[in-house]
Amino acid sequence: MASEPNTHMLEMKGIIKEFPGVKALDGVDFSAGRGEIHALVGENGAGKSTLMKVLSGVYPHGTYAGEIIVDGKPCRFASTRDSEKAGIAVIYQELALVRQMSVAENIVLGSEPSAFGVLDRGAAFKRAEAALKLVGLNVNPGVPVSSLGVGQQQLVEIAKALTREARILVLDEPTAALSDGEAEHLLGILRDLRKKGVTCIYISHRLKEIFEIADNISVLRDGRTVGTFPASTLDEGKLIAKMVGRELKDIFPARVGKAGEAALEVAGWSATDEASGMELHDINLTVRKGEIVGLAGLVGAGRTELAMSVFGAWGNRTAGTVKVAGKEPAELTPGALIRAGAALASEDRKRWGLVLVHDVKSNITLSSLDALSRGGLVDGHKEVAQAATYVKSMAIKTPTLEQKAGNLSGGNQQKIVLSKCLMTEPRALILDEPTRGIDVGAKVEIYSIIRKLADSGVGILMISSELPEIIGMCDRVLVMRDGRVSGELGAGASQEEIMHLAVPAD
Amino acid sequence: MTIWEHFKKGFKENIRQYTMLLALVAIWVIMSSLTDGVFISPRNISNLFLQTVTVAIVALGMTLVIVTGNIDLSVGSVAGFTGAVAAVLQVKYGWSTPGALAAACGAGLVIGAWHGFWVAYRKVPAFIVTLASMLAFRGAILGVTGGSTVSPLNASFKAIGTEYLSPHASAVLAGLAVVAFVLWSLHNRRQRVEYGFLVPPARVEGARITAQAAVIAAVFAIMVFNQGVPYSVLLLLGLALVFSFMAEDTVFGRRLYAIGGNPEAARLSGINIEKNGMFLFMIFGVLTAIAGCVMTARLNAATTSAGVNMELDAIAACVIGGTSLLGGEGTIVGALVGALIMSSLDNGMSLMNLDITYQYVVKGLILLLAVWIDMANRRK
Repeated sequence: MASEPNTHMLEMKGIIKEFPGVKALDGVDFSAGRGEIHALVGENGAGKSTLMKVLSGVYPHGTYAGEIIVDGKPCRFASTRDSEKAGIAVIYQELALVRQMSVAENIVLGSEPSAFGVLDRGAAFKRAEAALKLVGLNVNPGVPVSSLGVGQQQLVEIAKALTREARILVLDEPTAALSDGEAEHLLGILRDLRKKGVTCIYISHRLKEIFEIADNISVLRDGRTVGTFPASTLDEGKLIAKMVGRELKDIFPARVGKAGEAALEVAGWSATDEASGMELHDINLTVRKGEIVGLAGLVGAGRTELAMSVFGAWGNRTAGTVKVAGKEPAELTPGALIRAGAALASEDRKRWGLVLVHDVKSNITLSSLDALSRGGLVDGHKEVAQAATYVKSMAIKTPTLEQKAGNLSGGNQQKIVLSKCLMTEPRALILDEPTRGIDVGAKVEIYSIIRKLADSGVGILMISSELPEIIGMCDRVLVMRDGRVSGELGAGASQEEIMHLAVPAD
Repeated sequence: MTIWEHFKKGFKENIRQYTMLLALVAIWVIMSSLTDGVFISPRNISNLFLQTVTVAIVALGMTLVIVTGNIDLSVGSVAGFTGAVAAVLQVKYGWSTPGALAAACGAGLVIGAWHGFWVAYRKVPAFIVTLASMLAFRGAILGVTGGSTVSPLNASFKAIGTEYLSPHASAVLAGLAVVAFVLWSLHNRRQRVEYGFLVPPARVEGARITAQAAVIAAVFAIMVFNQGVPYSVLLLLGLALVFSFMAEDTVFGRRLYAIGGNPEAARLSGINIEKNGMFLFMIFGVLTAIAGCVMTARLNAATTSAGVNMELDAIAACVIGGTSLLGGEGTIVGALVGALIMSSLDNGMSLMNLDITYQYVVKGLILLLAVWIDMANRRK
């Protein structure tokens, strides 16, 4: 008994958290040792994020049942400030940075070095510089956060947590927005922290990473603890079986690979964006009907920018043409591209894909209202019928068509975005990180949907930072680097070949 | 489940709408008891509806403007200006009523297009564009009226704001309205069943429809027993139907909601944000001109201070009626109820002879309270 408090840095016992109509956590036990990296896995909706919100005081003591013991001491956090004081730092999936403020200001936000209430800019700058060094991010602390890429912003958040001398660091999907190289870098940082005795609780859907880094793995399913296992006793297959409660066989559907005529042609494409200073240079690519073409590269290589730019939603075109099914669209706007037969499911579904406050039906039909109307009047009949068809064929889990999109899980939201794209009956479909932040079960479903689409003759350009996904799904792979296409690989390309083209040669 | 339990469930699900209605009822009960029943007399209620009309007309369009994530601070000045244009054309240039009305609406359209151009195409925040117009058109009113009150107006123009449909015709209209409402409700229910949406049991829905039909009948009865339905109230009801339909059933309306809910997603979904924004401001310009004409007709004069603070009443009506200042959410019916709440406060406090100082304070606090309740409900 005496040694108990020393082995466990954190214990959560019998945590029950209810929301109106849902028991999100139903008696969860969770404990993590000192200086270990402890992975917390489970499908979306299993309760991982809720458990971490209980831990961090987002849901204050009294709104849940159960006990939290940090370093042997029972804790009752009334707010996130309390949990911060106890040495708990949480880095959420949705970045919590003030985009307009500088990197340094963000890092010291909430604990600003000051004298008599006056901010000491020099000290703030130095502290930020030191913290950035820890995470290996080479940017000037004076630049605004909005000028950084998502991956870099993630590192800033981690740097911010490190300056608070966190003893327990919770990372919720930290690598979802990072390229493989950046993710590798982050894992290295976590290993250093482990040596310093920091306990890391690591939530991720990327199982490969988990096995690379975690000492122990706890699995949640439907708000209950399935169990805690030493990572060495599991493999990916066994872990997935524990997460979904069943065996998942083939993750990637079989390729058919019958390419037809060109669905999407981009020729000599150059574009610039004044705000970010990013440029795309002389890009040529063709996606044929029935083909899935992967677009790989590091974060910041310009993949998302290319997709958005071709769709008329990023920067200014300086040269080049885009053709959809052999025809140039009337103008370079999303509306004209959609009318020409293209569709784009963007990387950030909450920001670019969905109207979260509106219902499932309105979101699915948003791009197709013209087709569903006569004389400017929406045909309610047709609209409901069409939306219902997609809810069924995509297996979108929603109580009714009138549920707000914001209330659904990530996987179901992604299916809504896909439905919206598909309802316009595109000939060319651009998918930007189609499985980001969604659970294994839903991923497999989305892979099979994508393959079926290709088989039905749609040309698909798929951007992904997950190399296994690119390799498993794509018939060809294009790799981007610094705003250019640096090479093309056939099916069966290896991760090494892709990385070789993605990483700047110097 | 008993009817009572269904009612409770319905209340929880539509807490925003019900809070709003309860607030209205509470205000009416309080005002009636404080004025020994004068407030609730048919004569006063009829008068109350007349007082609500101009702000309510503006609130119909303001709702959609706020839904798209914009705001219009210029409506008071623009309504005053367009009303003044109509008045001056009649009084100084002898224009006929239809001509003056058309000219006022034309002016509204041009002003709306001006706002739309700057907001949608030049990306200047609507707050600033319309703040500029609020000042500019307050000046323009002085310009067209020469700084003095312009009156009297054509009898036919004045009638828009002061005359009533005969009690007989009003009674017939009331009957038609109730029947139309019941048929429409039944049709709606049938459609929802067909679409596979959730519907309350028949007896519960029956009770709801009966209650709502009774309210509609009562509202009309009050006016019929007074002097009939005022033309301006008819105009408001007609416009409310058109706007409600436009908001919910047209492609244009649905796009406005999407633009307000998430402009970036709307754009990537192929919606032309600029064109839709421009169009909305043009429609709103005309609507404001209509409100300006009704206001001028009711006063039988164009005054230099006409429409002062109208934008605040209209915005308050929308917000009290559940329109989210964050965009993407709001209903036309809500705006009507919100406008009625604002004018009930004005009317009741005047009847009580409450010092004007306190009238402003009370209205301000009620607005604050309403939004706070709304935010608290949203967070749940």
